[in-house]
Amino acid sequence: MNPLGITLTLVVFYLFSELHSRRRAFYTNPVLLSIITIAVILKWFGIPYGSYMDSAVILKFLLGPAVVSLAVPVYKGRDTIRAYSKEIALGIAVGGTVAILSAFYIAKLLGGSGEVLLSIAPKSVTTAIAIGISEKIGGIPALTAVLVILTGIMGNAIGPELLNLARVRDRIARGLAMGVGSHGLGTARIILEDELAGAVSGLAMALNGVFTSLLLPYLIEILK
Amino acid sequence: MRPYRGLAIIFGFYALGEFTSFALNLTIPGSVLGMLFLLGALLTGAIRLEWVESEAELFVRNMSVMFVPPGVGIVTYIGLIKSQAVPIFGALVISFVVTLLVTAKTVDLLRRDER
Repeated sequence: MNPLGITLTLVVFYLFSELHSRRRAFYTNPVLLSIITIAVILKWFGIPYGSYMDSAVILKFLLGPAVVSLAVPVYKGRDTIRAYSKEIALGIAVGGTVAILSAFYIAKLLGGSGEVLLSIAPKSVTTAIAIGISEKIGGIPALTAVLVILTGIMGNAIGPELLNLARVRDRIARGLAMGVGSHGLGTARIILEDELAGAVSGLAMALNGVFTSLLLPYLIEILK
Repeated sequence: MRPYRGLAIIFGFYALGEFTSFALNLTIPGSVLGMLFLLGALLTGAIRLEWVESEAELFVRNMSVMFVPPGVGIVTYIGLIKSQAVPIFGALVISFVVTLLVTAKTVDLLRRDER
């Protein structure tokens, strides 16, 4: 194993994180910019993805313990979950299901291939969980990762504006929609305008990840 | 600073989740199962929050960088994305808008009933 792939990833990600902390905007998203930059570098130097991943795989492995660690923010938010249990349960059941079915059927309607449908179905949940689901159901985890990030970027860029257009003013409804619809990146945006909506959004993100990973594999068996 | 206890718990629950997923042949990722097990252990008091809190928060805060290597894998699928651009990006945008608005309106209605 060579240390170049992981070093390249850390250097590129560090530089884009610095840029993002100076200019906080959806188009400075460090994950997407890092993916594009490293992809271009690999192409320029003719490095096969396999030899890059041979070293960067350590970072990918850490996604497992990172998902396990999500138990801590959920546990700390248990009082909020209890206080809004009905809203959270309804929002996740409806939103989580709509997210899967709409992505699957719209892609199918537009002529998507089987592996595209499987890769896009988990696009609304937090990246680490979506990658895990995609792997399990036979999608393309790399495609899922990019689609999840693009979904988050949409939520971050125009989520609250869309909710304003639809005249949704309730803070719990706004938070749930952002967390279920656009996971962590949506949460990062809504928390800037409203702390309660942000907290609900973060919880909705984590719980929707669990809900989707329980529902999606069985739903896919029926849809296929 | 002794992060070993926290790390051992987190990796231990991850291993337990992976093992359960494999042994019972479940379609749920082992990491998600591990999270549910850890949540259960915290709620029942089997694991105390302060044993894992700072290590877990370190993982959660720094999750983003871990998406980069799997995301770069997209270079292997450039051809697929070009040939499937309409279904991929059409579904992505429409599904996002529909999900956001349906979720918001559903919860909003429930809230109005309660007020």
